[in-house]
Amino acid sequence: MHIVVCVKQVPDTTEVKVNPETGTLIREGVPSVINPFDQFAIEEGLRLRDKVGGEVTVISMGPPQAKAVIQLGLALGADRGILLTDRAFAGADTLSTAYTLAKAIQKLGKVDLVLCGMQAVDGDTAQVGPGLASTLKIPQITYAETVDVTEGKVRARRTIEDYNEVVETRLPALCTMTTPSNFVPTDPPFSKIQKAKKKPYEEWTANTIGADPEKLGLKGSPTWVKKVYAAQTKEKAIIIKGSADETVAKLVEILKKEHFL
Amino acid sequence: MLKVKDSCTGCGKCEKTCPFGAIKVENKKAVVQDNCNLCGGCVQVCPFDSLELERKVEKKDFTNYTGLWVFTEVKEDGTVRNATLELLSKGKELATELGQDLCAVLLGSNVGELAGVLARYGAKRVYIVDQPELKEYNTDAYSTIIIGLITKHKPNIVIIPATPLGRDLAPRIASTLEVGLTADCTGLSIKDGLLLQTRPAFGGNIMADIMSPNTRPQMATVRPNVMKMAEPVEGARCEVVREKVSIERGLLRVKVVERTRTSMPGEKNIDEADMIVSGGRGACDEGNLRLIEELAKVMGAAVGCSRAVVDLGIKPKSHQVGQSGKTVSPKLYLVAGVSGAIQHLVGMKSSDVIIAINKDPDATIFQVAKYGVIGDLYELLPKLTEAIKRERGL
Repeated sequence: MHIVVCVKQVPDTTEVKVNPETGTLIREGVPSVINPFDQFAIEEGLRLRDKVGGEVTVISMGPPQAKAVIQLGLALGADRGILLTDRAFAGADTLSTAYTLAKAIQKLGKVDLVLCGMQAVDGDTAQVGPGLASTLKIPQITYAETVDVTEGKVRARRTIEDYNEVVETRLPALCTMTTPSNFVPTDPPFSKIQKAKKKPYEEWTANTIGADPEKLGLKGSPTWVKKVYAAQTKEKAIIIKGSADETVAKLVEILKKEHFL
Repeated sequence: MLKVKDSCTGCGKCEKTCPFGAIKVENKKAVVQDNCNLCGGCVQVCPFDSLELERKVEKKDFTNYTGLWVFTEVKEDGTVRNATLELLSKGKELATELGQDLCAVLLGSNVGELAGVLARYGAKRVYIVDQPELKEYNTDAYSTIIIGLITKHKPNIVIIPATPLGRDLAPRIASTLEVGLTADCTGLSIKDGLLLQTRPAFGGNIMADIMSPNTRPQMATVRPNVMKMAEPVEGARCEVVREKVSIERGLLRVKVVERTRTSMPGEKNIDEADMIVSGGRGACDEGNLRLIEELAKVMGAAVGCSRAVVDLGIKPKSHQVGQSGKTVSPKLYLVAGVSGAIQHLVGMKSSDVIIAINKDPDATIFQVAKYGVIGDLYELLPKLTEAIKRERGL
């Protein structure tokens, strides 16, 4: 079975701060990491491969430094890594990204299962996975927490709102993965990182994947970002402290004032 | 391409901002290097508007695309989800401004009666596809039908609630039609005749205004509980357009084989609750969230929690607020024992009144709170529960 996992390098959002004057992100010193949902998708793909046999290819679209997330995938155990990197890809929105990934996956030949993180933590759009499935014309299962493959079908467990569901579709298919509560990302040991450097790694351009230049990057992106600014910061909280009885009395007063009691 | 205009003074702000080191000041002018990623970060910081991402507004004729459509999400009990009513309320304003019709798209089985509800919230026309196969949501069936409706009737704008269902459906439609789609908007307005879509990014730290000038329909998903629901207009009527679609069995590729409810019957759901009392790891006492639950009960509030509580197996995921849980914005969010990880804050910071209780005066939860209580929740919550019981004569 051939499993392809799509990953993205993102700024570590837990470290991102905003310059309140300009409203721009202070990116200096913010480390780039793999999108956490994508790391789970890799690990789930590897678990599946080890169970049913086959290979795992990790692909990403990004600037040359995104090689790091492919290397991580290889160190975790993936068999092959591909970085889609080309000036022509720059400025892509979710539609254009889905198109570019789809062209690369089509070039890979027979692919049975595509796994993506549910969303990337920098943009939180959750649009590339379904967009990719749509472009590849294959069924999608979103928000999967675990996937299993038997007899040409993929079965996923997921929690949607107030329900636990088991959902099934035939292969080839795409699943977007969300981390289950007990997931702890693996930190590969140095020896595996070293070994990963010898694994097949390629960089593909727009030419390699035979993409229509009109559909790539900024040019192929129908959404235009007109303006970016800092989110309004709330006014400072009114702080209440004191003895427990005083505090509770004040809280009751507030709840009344705000019409909750 | 990124263009540097003559007005550039070489101040260097862009050079400092560029995350890729792709812009350098040479001879008092910004010079774009080959590794520019077209992220637009520099455009935002330029004090002289000297940088521009050059793109052409195509002179396509879109005049035959008209009307603003709202997707109707039908709940399991057969009623319309509030998120749809919120979108109709907002959509009515936008459609009026554009001088176009507000329409609803309604798919399901035996859902015809809901057209009346949609009319009361402003829909002038409702497109209905009412067939037994559509009783439950199915990505392939729903997206294929809506793509067909869009192609036939050519709406100018299509907005869909950013619920799990809407976020599964919308990108499938937009990708097939190759049109722009903005995820998870918290603001919508009309600018120069186009839909201006405002959305948060980077965990809510920054906001972005987005437009899709060159494609139709303009599409967006909109976060539930953000737009205000208008008062329904009693007696309002709408035109009903019924469409019949033949659904091939092979089209229903994804099947739900098992489904179990995670919440108890009668338990308040946090999605549409007016009041939520929520607890984090710090409120987990001997493996339960008892203090939070007791307070919620006397207040008539729903129980929310942070991811840590779900990880500990104390509450099912349906109660989880935050990035990998639900986004809520109740009138009251009273939270105790949550320090305020950004992943939690993005799920609740748009609540009207946030009251946070925490021992640590520096807890980040206080940054989004209206009222911050510094104290021990184990001491405060039981007393508060008792005090409210007295107030309510319970």
